[in-house]
Amino acid sequence: MAYSDKIRGIYNESLNEIREKGIFKQERFIHSSQAADIEVEFPTGSELKKVINMCANNYLGLSSHPDVIKAAHEGLDTRGYGMSSVRFICGTQDIHRELEKKVTEFLGTEDTILFPSCMDANAGVFEAILTKDDVMISDRLVHASIIDGIRLAPAEHDTFKHSDMAHLEQKLQLHADKRHKVVITDGVFSMDGDTAKLDEMVALCEKYDAMLFVDESHSSGFIGKTGRGTHEKCGVMGKIDIITTTFGKALGGASGGCVSGRKELVEMCRQKARPYLFSNTIAPVVVSGVNTVLDILSKSTERRDKLEKNTEFWRKGLTEAGFVLKEGDTPIVPVMLFNAKLSQDFSKDLYNEGIYAIGFFFPVVPQGQARIRTQISAGHEMHHLEKALEAFIKVGKKYDILGKTKQEIIAMYGK
Amino acid sequence: MEEMKDIVLEYVINEYLEDEDEELSYDTPLISGGIVDSFSMVSLKRFLENKYKISIPDDKATPEAFDSVTKICTLVNEFLN
Ligand SMILES: Cc1ncc(COP(=O)(O)O)c(C=O)c1O
Repeated sequence: MAYSDKIRGIYNESLNEIREKGIFKQERFIHSSQAADIEVEFPTGSELKKVINMCANNYLGLSSHPDVIKAAHEGLDTRGYGMSSVRFICGTQDIHRELEKKVTEFLGTEDTILFPSCMDANAGVFEAILTKDDVMISDRLVHASIIDGIRLAPAEHDTFKHSDMAHLEQKLQLHADKRHKVVITDGVFSMDGDTAKLDEMVALCEKYDAMLFVDESHSSGFIGKTGRGTHEKCGVMGKIDIITTTFGKALGGASGGCVSGRKELVEMCRQKARPYLFSNTIAPVVVSGVNTVLDILSKSTERRDKLEKNTEFWRKGLTEAGFVLKEGDTPIVPVMLFNAKLSQDFSKDLYNEGIYAIGFFFPVVPQGQARIRTQISAGHEMHHLEKALEAFIKVGKKYDILGKTKQEIIAMYGK
Repeated sequence: MEEMKDIVLEYVINEYLEDEDEELSYDTPLISGGIVDSFSMVSLKRFLENKYKISIPDDKATPEAFDSVTKICTLVNEFLN
């Protein structure tokens, strides 16, 4: 046996360090399907508690939608459970290609390639399309999966301050001598809920002959008038060279992701992207479900319209109650508490009030910017939001932070 | 050394500080303090190399060696001599 006590001891020490730092992550078991009302077992072994979910990426409330479930059943019945193959050997069904075509049309791009997840899409795309003569210039707040993809690519890398267009322009000038320049951003930033300035970024990319990459995981399906994403909202449909997105959030919430964009870049991914070549194809059940999600969203904007109304109500309610929010207009609404422990205590108290929302702190967000990230869904009804608002106000009063500024909260609780 | 410290401090402030209320001294922990993520260190390394006409090998450009303006200047001086 090679797993000696010494080895075990070293790992236990590392795990204890994580516990001591207060950043040990624990799962909470949900005994129901994903929805606004869920039943949670937490701590493990305790009685089930009915709570309102305020932290799912289920923006459109489609994760348990009857039409999507029906489509998944049909997929299972007609195309089977699994394919036991990567795409290019014998893992591509008609419905996989149908989904790629639908995504292309929905996002207004030239072509699309599916990946097992958006994490895989981001991990694989840069290595597939760039060489050491190129440079990647990324916003400093891009998602962790993009950072992994950048690490795997042979090209040089630089960053610009979050959404700072003057800084981005400096970097484009600095790297003018490179063969290809790729500017990399999230469409909607998952921790702050703010939106990239894609119109300005497109203009800069045109001026400096750079390609633009946007991760639309927190936008696809609901941002923009018809829910196509941040590029629709910013009036630059057709001008984004590479979009990645996930089917694991608003678009049904099961799993899977894609790279969508210029057809040569998509084809390069089909030839070279490692997660596409060396990981199994998306299960037919899921593909069939996402196909129906896109049909639903192409027919009507009812769900994104409801989400927009819910979001307005929620942001207005929290603001009037005197919370400090991150500015924006997306359904990601961070309630700023600044102090890590306060964010954990606040989350616990909310849970006791029947509201499920999680505290985030360093290193997930920058030091001194701890928060409760709330996420609104079209699956929320007014009574859910009213009850959640009441609970937030009650807990906010307990900690005496209502109407207080950032500086005042930090003075009371520290960073 | 003092002059170099001020040049590096100014670069770090312009390149990394997002929040106007943040203050930075020669010894503020940059990476362990969450001001510069180890990933964005690349541009700092490139700045130092260009400015002081040196080449810092990757195994010397560690997060520890870049953790404050003072430490960065110590590292640069190592390569200047
Ligand atoms: C911005 C962003 N990109 C990519 C991903 C990864 O998506 P997936 O769950 O499909 O791997 C996430 C999910 O956490 C995300 O927030």
